[in-house]
Amino acid sequence: MSGDLLVQLFLSGIGMGFIFALIAIGLTLIYGVMNVVNFAHGEFLMLSMYASYLAFATWGADPVVTLPFVAVMMFVFGLLVYYLLVRRVMQGSMNSQIFATFGLMVFMQAAAQFIMGADYFAVRSGLLSGVLEVGPFTLPAPQLAAVVGASTATGALYWLVFRTATGRSLRAASQDRQAASTLGINVDRMYALAWGIGAACVGIAGSLLSNFYPVFPRVGAMFVLIAYVAVALGGFGSIHGALVAGVIIGLLKVLAGFFISSQLKFVPVYLLYLIVVLVRPRGLFGRL
Amino acid sequence: MKSLALAGLLGVLLVVPLALSDRPFELRMMVVIFLYAMLGHGWNILGGYAGQISVGHGLFFGLGAYTSTVLSLKLGLNPWFGMAAGGAVAAAAGVLVGIPCFRLKGHYFVIATLVVAESAFQLFIAWDWVGGAMGLQLPVQEQGLLNLQFHRNKVPYYYIALGLLAAVTALVWWLENSRFGYILRALRDDEEAARSLGFSPASYKLLAMALSAGIVGIGGVFFAQYVLFIDPFSVLALSFSVVIALIPILGGAGTVAGPILGAIVLVPISEYSRVLFSGTGRNVDLLIYGFLIMLISVYRPDGLAGLFRARRERREYVPG
Repeated sequence: MSGDLLVQLFLSGIGMGFIFALIAIGLTLIYGVMNVVNFAHGEFLMLSMYASYLAFATWGADPVVTLPFVAVMMFVFGLLVYYLLVRRVMQGSMNSQIFATFGLMVFMQAAAQFIMGADYFAVRSGLLSGVLEVGPFTLPAPQLAAVVGASTATGALYWLVFRTATGRSLRAASQDRQAASTLGINVDRMYALAWGIGAACVGIAGSLLSNFYPVFPRVGAMFVLIAYVAVALGGFGSIHGALVAGVIIGLLKVLAGFFISSQLKFVPVYLLYLIVVLVRPRGLFGRL
Repeated sequence: MKSLALAGLLGVLLVVPLALSDRPFELRMMVVIFLYAMLGHGWNILGGYAGQISVGHGLFFGLGAYTSTVLSLKLGLNPWFGMAAGGAVAAAAGVLVGIPCFRLKGHYFVIATLVVAESAFQLFIAWDWVGGAMGLQLPVQEQGLLNLQFHRNKVPYYYIALGLLAAVTALVWWLENSRFGYILRALRDDEEAARSLGFSPASYKLLAMALSAGIVGIGGVFFAQYVLFIDPFSVLALSFSVVIALIPILGGAGTVAGPILGAIVLVPISEYSRVLFSGTGRNVDLLIYGFLIMLISVYRPDGLAGLFRARRERREYVPG
């Protein structure tokens, strides 16, 4: 096989990987801050993909243009989910926390199917369709945009979480909620912020993804499984971990799809999950 | 008093088919209620009593259905043997899944069951030897109890499903008051305390998993014989795993009545919504289910059975 093809595979693996990473970062941020797994995270992705597609289909607005709006919309949606649902079960048992977002997952998926039907919708001939010729390589533009967009978003998140006062409060709330509140940090607001940012991350991922992936009601279920694996591999609650693991999984998936069979491309990823669970349950960078 | 009411209920259930023999819709609904209540019991042993929430039990249902169907198609084996084999394969798979996954707790365990079940779903879609995405059709055989196939008159399915449900209900009832049942609940409520009393969490959880998966697997075999056609989408899909968990969660996890109550509420919702929105493929039942799960988790975390219990406790409360 030619080096050209290898580079393209590598790029598309990295592109996918950054999108997985962005989805996983949203998940791990919420988990890290408040110890709750958002089982509806995949459906957040689906919602943002439908939003990108509908904006394109009705106004002809390209996903690249609507990306900031989708991110803001998802931020607000994350806040709503926190205040209307998650906050009400925080005092309850762990089971009711699990079921709450699980019910949201079932509901959102069924609602999508009810409103949009089971059909696949794709953004066709958007600004980013086509390829870029870089030297000897032809690179698909949507994947390049995914790399650029997802790494920018990840960078911004890093800056927010590790370099700002808000980020410090967020991390304080995640480490010790009681100590944080005695220091005057509004923990409740930090939780809401985590949900908002987490949802915005997955919103950006969905917006970038809609350039080259069709949207349908179960699309989120597929991607979120990968995100779970990324979070488990990276270590629950670790943002670095989610980033590294997302890229590893993206590469693994693309290479497996090429060398084994496109139908079985997810199997090595799931095997990787089992190995992590058996050998290193806390993941690469996890605290546990 | 309680046993008298129960005997009366069983008597009514035994004569119900006489009224339903020419009403296939209602008959089918009763069969599905019995089947789902049985699946709910299965899930409940692990999820309700042992406190290990699985959202991947569709895997065991599918394994049961595929085991008996493949044995029948490839080796010509009798479905009753298939039922035993299906239960055994599902139980064995449960143990295999449990060994790595029980190292995880809480949310992590839930995710693990999700990942395992979804991988199996995708493997079965790609696995041509068992029909891949096309599924498997069971050949029509002479009807009768021996072949576990009934074509014109479906009433026997009713009695078989009722019999299975009665047997599993009796088993769970016994389990609830047995030493094993107490140990499971102790593990659920405080694993460290149970461990300090000398009970190994891993082996009891594995036993609960085997029992739970085996029951669900047997349910899968019954389903395959009832529908005579299986594919990954109908027996292994994640949405079906969700339904299996939802039955006892709605009814009341960790109670004998829970799965039965859950099935009585959930099955008519899905059957009637299927009639109302027939052929649209709009999944209205899942829309309602999802909403119900959110409502329950916010307002009634202990399910419908908790509602009854709360009323009884109020009545029995003597001030002073």
